Amino acid sequence: MKSLEELRDLRKKVEKDIEMRKGLNKPKIIIGMGTCGIAAGARNILKTVMEEIDKRDLDLEVTQTGCIGMCEKEPLMDVQLPGQDRITYGNLSTDDVKKIIVNHIINGKVVDDLVIARLEE
Amino acid sequence: MKELALHILDIAENSIKADADNLYINVLEDTNKNILSIKIKDDGSGIKKDILENITDPFVTTRKTRPVGLGLSLFKVAAERCNGFFEISSNNKGTTIEAIFEHDHIDRAPLGDMSQTIISLLLWENDFEVKYKHIFNNEVFIFDTKEIKDELSGTKIHNSTIINWLKEYINENIGNLRGGEYN
Repeated sequence: MKSLEELRDLRKKVEKDIEMRKGLNKPKIIIGMGTCGIAAGARNILKTVMEEIDKRDLDLEVTQTGCIGMCEKEPLMDVQLPGQDRITYGNLSTDDVKKIIVNHIINGKVVDDLVIARLEE
Repeated sequence: MKELALHILDIAENSIKADADNLYINVLEDTNKNILSIKIKDDGSGIKKDILENITDPFVTTRKTRPVGLGLSLFKVAAERCNGFFEISSNNKGTTIEAIFEHDHIDRAPLGDMSQTIISLLLWENDFEVKYKHIFNNEVFIFDTKEIKDELSGTKIHNSTIINWLKEYINENIGNLRGGEYN
């Protein structure tokens, strides 16, 4: 069983990491978490994002938002790299999320077939 | 919703939007009395009286994107479908919602992944405390972000390493509570 003492040790490790990455402009992920998003599987999308961040040791800002009125396209996820257009991806599966993280966030290539909107920077 | 934990996530997000500082989520499972109760309480801005009266009507909502709000309506129907009931009370000091289900009712959705629901709440940027209390017959598990933040002494809870650790911590404890059964 995990204990909270373990968390204290983990904290020290994490602090070093945060210090190292200070001041860098981070890519941003925004996930739609309204009733529509949740019913369509947004919680699993968020889960997959957090797992991928941990697995690939990425430094991202992850935020959530309510319903934006595109309920029929949920689950939705926006990706914005520093200084670039904000891309909205829709009708996502967890596999799509992994693809977006590798292609868009790591390699900088927008996954065109999953894009449903684009907001210019 | 396929899991009660998803309803909880949905309802709790109303609390966050109401600027709550404290969010209490209580899950009580009593298999002898055949009850599963979910209580969500916050100290947010509350719901105005005229709206509260019809709050579980899907066409009553305060949102602006479209005139339909399903969250509370769905939760109410889920409880009533299981010979249970749904209650909401609110004033300017906060809102309390309680839903009771027959534990063994065939239409009762599984509780589901509670750890992922709690983690999703922690990942909101707003600064608020979550106290989760889960009672299964005589066993109790309490997860309190105040206690966690004390251990973290200043390090942000949003960090993915911390979040993933917390998820497993909650999962293990709930599993333990229910004798190895997760949902």
